[in-house]
Amino acid sequence: MSEAAVQTEILKTTPLHALHVELGAKMVPFAGYDMPVQYPDGVLSEHLHTRAAAGLFDVSHMGQAYLVGPDHASVCAAIEALVPGDILGLEPTAIRYTLLLNDKGGIRDDLMVTRTAKDGTLFLVVNAACKDADFAHIAGHLPKGIELHRLEDRALIALQGPKAAAVFARFAPGAAAQDFMTGLEMTVAGIPCLVSRSGYTGEDGYEISVPEAEAVALTKKLLAEPEVKPIGLGARDSLRLEAGLCLYGHDIDETTTPVEGALTWTISKRRREEGNFPGAKIILDQIASGVTRKRVGLLPEGKAPAREGTEITDASGRKIGVVTSGGYGPSVGGPIAMGYVETAHAKAGTGVELMVRGKGRPAKVVAMPFVEKRFHKPGK
Amino acid sequence: MSDIRFTDQHEWVRVDGDIATIGITDYAQEQLGDVVFVELPEVGKDIAAGDEAAVVESVKAASEVYSPVSGEVIDVNSDIEKTPAGVNEDAMGDGWFVKLRLTDPSELDKLMDETAYNEFVESLQ
Repeated sequence: MSEAAVQTEILKTTPLHALHVELGAKMVPFAGYDMPVQYPDGVLSEHLHTRAAAGLFDVSHMGQAYLVGPDHASVCAAIEALVPGDILGLEPTAIRYTLLLNDKGGIRDDLMVTRTAKDGTLFLVVNAACKDADFAHIAGHLPKGIELHRLEDRALIALQGPKAAAVFARFAPGAAAQDFMTGLEMTVAGIPCLVSRSGYTGEDGYEISVPEAEAVALTKKLLAEPEVKPIGLGARDSLRLEAGLCLYGHDIDETTTPVEGALTWTISKRRREEGNFPGAKIILDQIASGVTRKRVGLLPEGKAPAREGTEITDASGRKIGVVTSGGYGPSVGGPIAMGYVETAHAKAGTGVELMVRGKGRPAKVVAMPFVEKRFHKPGK
Repeated sequence: MSDIRFTDQHEWVRVDGDIATIGITDYAQEQLGDVVFVELPEVGKDIAAGDEAAVVESVKAASEVYSPVSGEVIDVNSDIEKTPAGVNEDAMGDGWFVKLRLTDPSELDKLMDETAYNEFVESLQ
């Protein structure tokens, strides 16, 4: 059997680290942190539990910050100079998924931006591996009067799954009626938190920014509920892949644009018309004239998973792309993948071959997600 | 009369006459986690010691299973192709991968016996 190399770097820990160890987690290095990849139940069971009930994830390694200015318009002008999303148009408490871009239109990171209830304050959540670079980049591009405040003393925990709302309502009655993709300040089990109704699993749920001193107590309270189990990074990855969501550094990076990454939907009409985001000329040209490659979903016809890096070919064996995320989808009950293919092969239904261990294996380009999204809808 | 030997890559080989049955150890299946896919060689294929005999995949990753000995594949465990979780349930028994007809029984002398393997696993923990 082949084995992974031994890691020797000094790793950071989250406020929940001791709890993970106590719960029997297998800890692995991830983005400079010692993180739980799975608990004793294992990835498969954790994944299925999240889809059936509720899973609790420690995502405290992610970067949290407030971007603060005198009013909404000025703080939006500052962030919109760096991202293509419509932040100005957010209603108070609304959240938007957007992208930090480089000057070539490549993606520096993907992030969530919340217009908080307080005028002139945006709440940002960025990826762990990118957070130092992201925050330095943002801070380095702010006009006078706009400030970035990193929140180093806050943990971030996610509660995801069809039972998440029922469980969470026991601690925060106001959260049940909260709309999807909104972020509200509220008291959770007596602790002041910023609660976002959002997630990375394709399920309904919450992401809870909690003072680090209270993080263990809140996590233990949630885990004590019968529907809730702790979920590691392994299942987090298979859940987000089934939901068709990008993993930064794999499915999108500095060399892929939002158009290639099938994320053109994140660029609003106003932002396209204004054309004042980094790499706008390249991106707008791609929207108008098309791109040579696109991110697509891939469904292998056999049972063999196609992992990241797997070559994609056409029927004649010519290379037309590469898998950027792939593995086994526990809820799908078989292998799933996403990757980039030449645009001529990007249409759903197109047959391709995945070169796994030297053999071409048939697969189809498919629309994502691989599982139905079950987000909270207003009035439900 | 059968004799079981182990590699430091966590494969086992059980020998009965000139037939060697190959699998992965209980320690290996635990490290892998839930097995979701197994790929086995064609019957009739000649495999040399150290060559890939099979591929086993968990949700997280793919791993090669290397043959501890040389020989011709005379049987494969199609049950675990259909139900890969069988590897987790009984790695040392019904979760076997392939049977080879041994071509060089002296290769077994280079492998660990059960006591040596158990000590080796303990040294990893």
